[in-house]
Amino acid sequence: MGSEAIIFYTLSAIMIVFSLLAVTSLRLLRAAVYLLFALGATAAVYFMVSYYFLAAVQLIVYAGGIVVLIIFSILLTSHINEKLQKPDPLKMILTGLTAIIGAGVVWLSFSEYTFIAEPSTGIIADMTTIGEKMLGYGEHGYVLPFEVISILLLAAMIGAIAVAKRTKTNQDD
Amino acid sequence: MIEQVPIQHVLIVTTLMFFIGIYGFLTRKNLITMLISVEIMLNAVNLNFVFFDFYLFPGKLEGHFFSLFVIAIAAAEAAVAIAIFINLYRNIRSINVEEVDKMKY
Repeated sequence: MGSEAIIFYTLSAIMIVFSLLAVTSLRLLRAAVYLLFALGATAAVYFMVSYYFLAAVQLIVYAGGIVVLIIFSILLTSHINEKLQKPDPLKMILTGLTAIIGAGVVWLSFSEYTFIAEPSTGIIADMTTIGEKMLGYGEHGYVLPFEVISILLLAAMIGAIAVAKRTKTNQDD
Repeated sequence: MIEQVPIQHVLIVTTLMFFIGIYGFLTRKNLITMLISVEIMLNAVNLNFVFFDFYLFPGKLEGHFFSLFVIAIAAAEAAVAIAIFINLYRNIRSINVEEVDKMKY
């Protein structure tokens, strides 16, 4: 087993274990920190396949932005030592069965298919390529989704401010 | 990477991660932990995009850009969701899904 395989299997073990902990932990703040570890391991996997820009975006936006946002909202809405109630055991078993059966069906469907892996072309996603594709309008150009995303982000920003803004009617509580 | 790890193993990892997210989404009752589960699912899908791109269509970078856009949309979604949670908490002092049964006061 080569070094890359060892690193990959370690990272995937980290991802799966911390995802499991994030969805089962009864303390909210710990769940958010476990999510941070799972997302950090994902960024490391992106580094392994040499998508450096995507790994940086993952670290900045997911690990830096979304996790901090989640931790802020946890601190704003619940006590820091608050423990969640354990879910109903019957519900846990049924949902676990659903998840296991779903994973099994997905596994069955791709285990019989033979994927033909192509040898790597050596093209690395460097900044020049990314910039040219992001603003390109020819084949494999992404200028339309890029502009749509910018409008979406503006709309989300205005929407978030409008929703969270204190209105006059509930100012008294 | 391609020679050492078969694509099936990668897909097993992302499938497990996705269904862990589904499990969390269905069992949790606190809205913030449900958001965490959604983020785990989105992350698994991103990994899938990147690995299909890297293994089957190298050099075209389509999965790379899809993942970038998914990350941007996830950020927007998380911002709006957390604004809604804070507003809910201000109005009914709870972010438990079972107590959230009104959209507007």
